[in-house]
Amino acid sequence: MSAIVTSLAIGALFGFGLSLSEMINPARVIGFLDVAGPWDATLLFVMAGALMVTMPLYPWVLRQNKPLLGKAFILPTKRKVDTPLVFGAGVFGIGWGLAGFCPGPALAAIATGQWGVLLFVAAMIAGQWLAGLFASS
Amino acid sequence: MADPNIIGGFAGGVLIGAAAVLLLWLNGRIAGISGILGGLVSINSIVERSWRAAFVAGLVLGAAGYSLAVHAPQLQLVSSVPILVLAGLLVGFGTRLGSGCTSGHGVCGLARRSPRSLTATVTFIGFGVLTVYLVRHAFT
Repeated sequence: MSAIVTSLAIGALFGFGLSLSEMINPARVIGFLDVAGPWDATLLFVMAGALMVTMPLYPWVLRQNKPLLGKAFILPTKRKVDTPLVFGAGVFGIGWGLAGFCPGPALAAIATGQWGVLLFVAAMIAGQWLAGLFASS
Repeated sequence: MADPNIIGGFAGGVLIGAAAVLLLWLNGRIAGISGILGGLVSINSIVERSWRAAFVAGLVLGAAGYSLAVHAPQLQLVSSVPILVLAGLLVGFGTRLGSGCTSGHGVCGLARRSPRSLTATVTFIGFGVLTVYLVRHAFT
């Protein structure tokens, strides 16, 4: 039960941060990726702000024996840089460049109720499902 | 140069980073949104599905709270409906195959000093830049 409450609250903090930083707005993201146009540095400041917190605190958290409310840290197990990683990241980058949405902002933007956002999210879920089929084939 | 939102961007980034640290510190989980969503859809376990659904609901509520408390966020979709659907498919497919997105690889993975996450982050930013260049400048 506590995991549900904390997840809801932390998700809300994340969604608030995405709105405050304007990363919820695809035009801002495209502006960052458009290095040959009127380049928009906002995303760089967002990454700097986020990494300034996570870079020092992540290692500190991971030195604890276990999370405060859980049994163990659940971390990615893959170590090797492999083809699915690079291919997948490339495909993601193309989609990101086409619409200016990555998963977090797209989900948070559901709050605006715009049809385009809902379509993007539905397609994103379908894409994840297809990748599951592709990976297991 | 466009006018960057330096203060909002930096402050929002700090909140995003704080959320990522809290999720790891309290619940022991990585705040990778594509992974949280992927597990919500595909992992057949009530425990797994409930915290993931709560997190996604929180994302929406946090954005809704911002528009109530501060102002409605500007949201300019830059693409037509077919392109939005194609982009959604590519983002979903790519983040699942590539084990993460901007948050999981970019914010959390780099903080874990993960070579996989560094590779992924450089790759998706590179392909994002290339795609925007081709769409906006190559044929005009």
